[in-house]
Amino acid sequence: MNRESLNIVVVGHVDHGKSTLIGRLLFDTDSLPQGAIEKVKRISKEKGKDFEYAYLLDAFEEEQKQGITIDTTRLQFKTDKRDYVIIDAPGHKEFLKNMISGAASAEAAILMVDANEGIQEQSKRHGYILSLLGIQKVYVAVNKMDLVDYSEERYSEVRKDFDRFLNTLGVYPIKYIPVSAFYGDNIAEKSEKMPWYNGESILDAIDSLEKEKGLEEKSLRFPIQDIYKFDHRRIIAGRIESGSLKVGDEIVILPSNKTTKVKSIEYWVEKDKKEEVSAGMSVGIIVEDEFFYKRGEIISHKDDIPVVTDTFGGNLFWLGKNDLEKGKKYKLKLSTLEIECEIAKIDKVIDASTLETIENGERVKKNDVAEITIKTKEPIALDEFKNIQSTGRFVLVDDLDVSGGGIITRGSSFEVEKKFKSEDGKVLSIRPRLVTRKDREERLGTASKVIWLTGKAGCGKREIAVNLEKELFDSGKNVYYLDYNQVAESKDDSEGIREVTKVASILQEVGNIVIVTSNYLLREEKEYIKSQVGKENFIEVYVEAPDEVCIERIAPGEKLIDLNERSRDPFISLYIDDPNFDSGEKAKALLGIIL
Amino acid sequence: MDHLDKLEAQSIYILREAYKKLGKLGMLWSIGKDSTVMLWLAQKAFYGHCPFPLIHVDTKYKIPEMIEYRDRLAKELNLDLIVNTNEEAIKNGMGPHEGRLVCCKALKTDGLQQVVTNYEFEGLILGIRRDEEGSRSKERVFSERNSDSEWNYADQPPELWDQFKTDFKKGNHIRVHPILHWNEIDIWEYIKRENIPIIDLYFSKNGKRYRSLGCAPCTNPIESNASNLDEIIEELKNTQETERSGRAQDQEDAHAMEKLRKEGYM
Repeated sequence: MNRESLNIVVVGHVDHGKSTLIGRLLFDTDSLPQGAIEKVKRISKEKGKDFEYAYLLDAFEEEQKQGITIDTTRLQFKTDKRDYVIIDAPGHKEFLKNMISGAASAEAAILMVDANEGIQEQSKRHGYILSLLGIQKVYVAVNKMDLVDYSEERYSEVRKDFDRFLNTLGVYPIKYIPVSAFYGDNIAEKSEKMPWYNGESILDAIDSLEKEKGLEEKSLRFPIQDIYKFDHRRIIAGRIESGSLKVGDEIVILPSNKTTKVKSIEYWVEKDKKEEVSAGMSVGIIVEDEFFYKRGEIISHKDDIPVVTDTFGGNLFWLGKNDLEKGKKYKLKLSTLEIECEIAKIDKVIDASTLETIENGERVKKNDVAEITIKTKEPIALDEFKNIQSTGRFVLVDDLDVSGGGIITRGSSFEVEKKFKSEDGKVLSIRPRLVTRKDREERLGTASKVIWLTGKAGCGKREIAVNLEKELFDSGKNVYYLDYNQVAESKDDSEGIREVTKVASILQEVGNIVIVTSNYLLREEKEYIKSQVGKENFIEVYVEAPDEVCIERIAPGEKLIDLNERSRDPFISLYIDDPNFDSGEKAKALLGIIL
Repeated sequence: MDHLDKLEAQSIYILREAYKKLGKLGMLWSIGKDSTVMLWLAQKAFYGHCPFPLIHVDTKYKIPEMIEYRDRLAKELNLDLIVNTNEEAIKNGMGPHEGRLVCCKALKTDGLQQVVTNYEFEGLILGIRRDEEGSRSKERVFSERNSDSEWNYADQPPELWDQFKTDFKKGNHIRVHPILHWNEIDIWEYIKRENIPIIDLYFSKNGKRYRSLGCAPCTNPIESNASNLDEIIEELKNTQETERSGRAQDQEDAHAMEKLRKEGYM
């Protein structure tokens, strides 16, 4: 009953034998009802042709007439190990969008290449697209070995060529398998015609694939699909994309940054009642606070939130009727979110068959791939694809059509890039890092943040800061208190803030919680800090004390001015009414709010 | 999550997406096993409140038990049901004697198109599955039809990661297929698991049962002794026959369904 199911796509150049391979697999695994074979026999006869496996899949009359696959199809077959959904994808360039539709839902791929013809344009393009879709489990079937006399030499040659190309894309095929799909060599069983090949048949090879596990163990990502109010209940509905969620969990909803608690998980029939739900499930929850919730917002746990940004970088394939243009506005769809966006930059356009690149282009043509930077109208919650796939990919809608798709490669490093400007304002490119902030955070077990305490001279913020540092340190966090006076050299206050921010930002990127103090922050200084450390990582604490309290504690020569500009964003306010207050207690109080 | 849980979760996701993104929606209910499962999934998706009407295109050639069952279940579940017949075609004597494909086009395709036009539906939810038939296997989950209900199957939208086509020209409509990814045996295993009330024409009587339900003159029962759910599931595990082998219109032409569906058939 509880059998595993795996989706595999078959891709490759026109006529390299995709449909034949699938037809053969279905035939050899007895997955075809008698009627289906009869039908193919009838069609083959009507067309005056020999039995053609491809007719099993190329169901459209036009496909059979022209001997091409126009659209993707999927068929099921089973082995002793598990059930398969095998997806046939078209090889013609003009049907690339159908190929991508088929491949997008696959967990593994068989890339077909004709031993006789060798690598062709779509062999390369399809290889590239597999890498863009993040499909890591790839087999290469070197087909039509019958046409090259089952020659080991020819097989090795094709294999070497293709391997070189795929490796430059970061695609490392698990195996190469020499086959003749038409004659069934090395499809379901090992062929005796290729004694030099000591690997597995296609069927054994796919059976040996391990399914990706552990989506439940990743961070919670629960994009809001809809809000229902059919009866007395107000239900937040959606599918859990990763992680798990249970009744009583504290959750944060981004980008609006509201926090609440899960009150119940709803169900229709009693037997579906659950206390905990996890990745893959379509669920509905009720939460404690009746805020206004929006479709497209992402629910996560407080300590494991997605990136919130209005600018991100990604790899894109373009399928639109019109070219993708720099500066033009499109509709971005990311999980259940839809928002207007603009192509801020076309960093690189790549010719998928030669790997030649054009930097800083103005447009991307149909069927090309590109690295782009997208700016959304408002900040949105997202993830880098390598961390969480479902919230790390997007599509672009041009006019009425889904015209492109891609994966997010840079969730927040745009801000980092801005810091590296040369004197003439030109952005110097920085080397992408192999160790990310998230990696560091994971190792250190600390979610890095910048906690900035402001308040009039004498309000006690520095005393609280050192106590907070101690509290955090004792609780096992990596933390550093950065005193304004320790870093700022400039006499100009705003310049000083910039200096301090820069150091705080680096310390934070290392994975620390950084505590900073200054007497006040102006609105534009706050904006600057957020742009550097990330809005979601900046916690502002205003330590408020009456003048009488401050005067008691003020250092000689300091003035009691209050220039702090109140934030509209949520910030924490700490009130102090006693000059002899217990700063340890105040730090403890703060701790409860921050973590 | 087991196999059926996954199928169910995906279907619910699709139903909710249709409800949120499309304007006026209707769900086709052919009284058969697939659309009855779909009706069940809709109740689950919306916590017992199916938020759109059901549509039955009555050709007047249906098996009488189907109509009885339809009216009984509609009453029991308090369903909002639209029944439409292409009255004019019936008046002019349309029937399978005119040719099966001609009849299907007039009574089913045109009958459905009348509903879309009269009620100005932007979305129709249909219980077709990929494993039923070749042209259905090529379908998208959200599939656009023009104002004449025609399907441009050579130019279907890309469907990436459950990002469906939800923007379309006024006058066109979207067909939504929430159980496209199920196969026949999944349907029966789910009916069993969920205890879904299903019409008893599917169960064997006198050595015959219906495997696929349609109009009386064009639907033949198959030889079978499967008289309960377990026996049906066991029979399907071992059969070599295609599901629609009892449907006469499919046998008219090697590409009968494709031709019908191009013009708007379900």
